[in-house]
Amino acid sequence: MTVLQQTGALQALGVALATTVALLAGGIAQAPAQVMLALTASCGVFVINYLLGWVQRGPAYLNLLVLLVIFTNLWIAALALSAAPDAALWVGASTVAIWLLAWWLVAQLADLPSRKGVLGLGQALLAPFLFGATLLWLWELTVRALDVPRVILPAPSAIWDRILRSTDILWIDFVQTFVKGALSGYAIGVGAALVFALAVDRSDFLRRGLLPVGNFLAALPIIGTAPIMVMWFGFDWPSKAAVVVAMVFFPMLVNTVQGLAATEAMQRDLMRTYNASWSQSLIKLRLPAAMPFIFNGLKIASTLALIGAIVAEFFGSPTRGMGFRISTEVGRLQLDMVWAEIAVAALAGSLFYGVIALVERGVTFWHPSQRGR
Amino acid sequence: MLQILRGEGPQGPGGSAPPASVIPMRNIFPVLAVTAFLIALWYAAVIPMNAQWTQDQARRAGQDLSFAELVTDTMSQARPRLPAPHQVAQELWNSTVVEEMTGRRGFMNTGSLSNRSLIYHGWVTLSATLLGFAIGSALGITLAIGIVHNRAMDASVMPWAIASQTIPILAIAPMIIVVLNAIGITGLIPKAIISTYLSFFPVVVGMVKGLRAPDQMQLDLMKTYSASGGQVFAKLRWPSAMPYLFASLKVAIAAALVGAIVAELPTGASAGLGARLLSGSYFGQTLQIWSALFAAAILAASMVALIGLVQRIALKRMGMAA
Repeated sequence: MTVLQQTGALQALGVALATTVALLAGGIAQAPAQVMLALTASCGVFVINYLLGWVQRGPAYLNLLVLLVIFTNLWIAALALSAAPDAALWVGASTVAIWLLAWWLVAQLADLPSRKGVLGLGQALLAPFLFGATLLWLWELTVRALDVPRVILPAPSAIWDRILRSTDILWIDFVQTFVKGALSGYAIGVGAALVFALAVDRSDFLRRGLLPVGNFLAALPIIGTAPIMVMWFGFDWPSKAAVVVAMVFFPMLVNTVQGLAATEAMQRDLMRTYNASWSQSLIKLRLPAAMPFIFNGLKIASTLALIGAIVAEFFGSPTRGMGFRISTEVGRLQLDMVWAEIAVAALAGSLFYGVIALVERGVTFWHPSQRGR
Repeated sequence: MLQILRGEGPQGPGGSAPPASVIPMRNIFPVLAVTAFLIALWYAAVIPMNAQWTQDQARRAGQDLSFAELVTDTMSQARPRLPAPHQVAQELWNSTVVEEMTGRRGFMNTGSLSNRSLIYHGWVTLSATLLGFAIGSALGITLAIGIVHNRAMDASVMPWAIASQTIPILAIAPMIIVVLNAIGITGLIPKAIISTYLSFFPVVVGMVKGLRAPDQMQLDLMKTYSASGGQVFAKLRWPSAMPYLFASLKVAIAAALVGAIVAELPTGASAGLGARLLSGSYFGQTLQIWSALFAAAILAASMVALIGLVQRIALKRMGMAA
């Protein structure tokens, strides 16, 4: 029984069983027979080796590589076969198999010693990538197997197709909403909050009064000011930028003020014994110490900015922009276009967040949360 | 890049428990001063914002306005660009208490809430918020327990939980609503789903931090007691996660309210605070927009305060009162 206690042994058995069922259920008779054959062969060899404990002694990366090959094979084969009639058992069995495989792979990954550099990055990216690939696969498979209507849920492949066909519209919307609306509002709001925080910081009275009020305002549904802003600043991007400014300002302000107060009395005393001026102690001590808080605010604000810009477009916009496109295409039941916009928004949002997190890593390399990883 | 993936997401940098919810006594005066200043600023802004309309009216009537007349008029327009604070307060009062007590369709006359009162609309939004919040927190806690106890889940789920929040769900809201409508699910559920999506994330992040809060010494002590995994969880991890749980619940309920409000926008819903915002913006009823906005703010603030109260009681009974 010791073999079964190794990482992934149970999953390996499960995969073998599920693929066998899948094959018996008609996989062999269907189109891409060679894929299935290759799959069965590699799977069989691997499981035998695994149970004998042979691979365990080999290099861990070889182990992973074989698993990845099987995973990809099954991934492709199932997609190719899912449209076939009477494939319910097949689809079910291969779904089980691919989930077990993904789980097994990730478990193996987690067992590897963590590394630095490119290998470490790949190692850290592989697990979420597999999870995402499995989810996409499941989505595609479900849509195909159950023949879900296009107006309810388009398949990922259809969405990708739509993205490729309408890059020009997507680009126009992206510029209108993200570059003009979200980014300009973000820059103004964050800049204003930083300047204001420096002013507030000079007075203890203001700080004690403003922090609770700011905290309170930051928790309010500020997004509701969108109709008011549209009324004040018109339909084009300035009103979107104004909503973003209003949403971004208070979280940023509260974080910065807290950060500027984060230094210890000892440290401030040291600056005083050096006879440092206000600006010197600000630049050399308090701003660096505030950076983790400032970046925390910047990150929160980055997700809020895109949301604000998109939602503000629901209350009126020119005939371009992501929010405008989403609401009109939903009305026309062109859901693949809606999902294409969502994909662009998600990508833009993740990249925005990622860039800020990267800059944070460079600036606050000394902070405990950035060390030892 | 690594810590982006394994990162803690948009939460406090030090990972410390949140600042106290109660304003200390010595801060009351500064807080009041700042609030008074903000209201004064608001009043000051009302005059230039509404002056245009007043002057147009006066010019058409061939009158000349003194400054005092100008100011009084800007404070009392029916559809101001920026309503004065007392107008908003009065509208709030009228559309809640007065409407229910004396209105033709009010509670006193018909025995059911009037569809013109903010109490009715607030309740519609609140019910979706609470349902979404309950599902979201349950989901968040479950995910966090899984992430803390299973390395495979930690490696694969956590990055996606973070990535999921960079997707502007509020932008997807219209589609979710319309699609669920198409397959026959209407009313509370679609709104609650969006609230759930927005509220699960803060809970996951907070609870993962909280469940990992016990240090090695404490875990070792449990080990010397020969405690099982379940016992370590029930007697050490869960109690020490409580401050983090309440902190993230406060964030989550505010997010859930935003989700419920935005979910009411795309379908032209006829009830709810979001619907009031939308119809106000269609018909230029600024007072209606502002009063709905303040009703939402009051709702958010009181729910956060309620959780703060539960937190204080719970932590006190657990002997962890701050």
